[in-house]
Amino acid sequence: MKITLPLTKETCMKLHAGDSLQLSGVIYTARDAAHKRLAEMIEKKEKLPFDLENSCIYYVGPTPTPPNAIVGSAGPTTSMRMDAYAPLLYDLGVSATIGKGYRTPQVKEAIIRNHACYLICIGGAGALLSQSIKKAECIAFEDLKAEAIYRYEVEDFPCVVAMDAYGKSVYE
Amino acid sequence: MKQISVLKIQDKIREMVQQINFHYPKDIEDLLEKARQNESHSLGKEILDLLKENSRIAAEKRIPICQDTGMVIVFIEIGQQVQLVDGSLNEAIQKGVALGYEEGYLRKSIVSDPLFHRINTQDNTPCIIYPSIVDGEQIKLTVGCKGFGSENMSVIRMLKPAQSVAGVKETVLQAIQNAGPNACPPMVVGVGIGGSFDYAAVLAKKATLRDCTLSNPDPEYAQLEQELLEEANRLNIGPQGLGGDTSVLKINIESAPTHIAGLPVAVNISCHITRHISEVIE
Repeated sequence: MKITLPLTKETCMKLHAGDSLQLSGVIYTARDAAHKRLAEMIEKKEKLPFDLENSCIYYVGPTPTPPNAIVGSAGPTTSMRMDAYAPLLYDLGVSATIGKGYRTPQVKEAIIRNHACYLICIGGAGALLSQSIKKAECIAFEDLKAEAIYRYEVEDFPCVVAMDAYGKSVYE
Repeated sequence: MKQISVLKIQDKIREMVQQINFHYPKDIEDLLEKARQNESHSLGKEILDLLKENSRIAAEKRIPICQDTGMVIVFIEIGQQVQLVDGSLNEAIQKGVALGYEEGYLRKSIVSDPLFHRINTQDNTPCIIYPSIVDGEQIKLTVGCKGFGSENMSVIRMLKPAQSVAGVKETVLQAIQNAGPNACPPMVVGVGIGGSFDYAAVLAKKATLRDCTLSNPDPEYAQLEQELLEEANRLNIGPQGLGGDTSVLKINIESAPTHIAGLPVAVNISCHITRHISEVIE
């Protein structure tokens, strides 16, 4: 199923665990260190580097971009490490996160409560996935290098709905 | 005495870390291909097809197979007739890693302190070095680049001797089950049995870096490897944890003598890109 981002709550409600999606549009990267900083900024009520409303966060720490390339290898990292922060971000408007592996019950509740979803893509296929990233721009925390926040424009980025808005999981 | 320059070792390490981040080792690639042909679950088969495509793109376009280009582990066996010249061996190995990661645009994933100061060292060092002295006048290097999605799912248990084979099997299969999708299956699993608390873990690491075309030379351990593999593949974890026949590509066991009171078992979980390479320097 082809999906044009941003992913609205209405669209999320139509997705089911196990559906294969091809995403096109804008996604934002963030992993461990960026999540920590985002949470601190939220706590201090500072302006965030991107608008969370209906946004899609990709858990990735890419390899450095070589000269003349758009991006390096860019596959998903284990989502569970972001679970301490994910409910807060879903509550503030994030409609989808992309990663790999299990989520905690708290994330499941946040997904149901916010009519959101959790997507996965193939772990260890960073070369393949990088081919769907057409533009990459660092928008925050540049000092974090691989853990900085990037704005990616993707085309037909392949993923699977791992948990739908009703809390059904592909792993169960 | 045979003289070997540490600069030669530095250069080899620089090449090896790049080789394995862009090209699957032949043994793993063959196991993945066999799994792809035999996978009966359609989504599992589709994922294995995409992993093959990923491998092709990585090699052709020189993009790392995975963005987690890992922490470098070096096993170095030094023949006792070898005299190392031209400087410090430790510095040469570390410099080889730093040069390889810079030159290959590989991700630097090492922080200088695990707890209080998680500051990236920016050159992917230090790597972990396990030296050993062996007979002869050559040096054997075995290098792994270990991703931590799978490393984080590894376990160690101090079993009671009475728990025996059943206890070992339960420990290994439970670790695989718990690892599930987090470890990027199909996995390669290294099992260390015996030694002490610490040594069992080193054996498990060594086992993940062993050539997967080989079985344990002891027939009883070889049979245990085979039985565990079959049982693990009945867990229906499947490629990426979405179900299927292919959960584990290979289980390698390394064993060592242990204490009368102990049965240490370490399970080092590794992913479908178990990056390992060995070379002999003469």
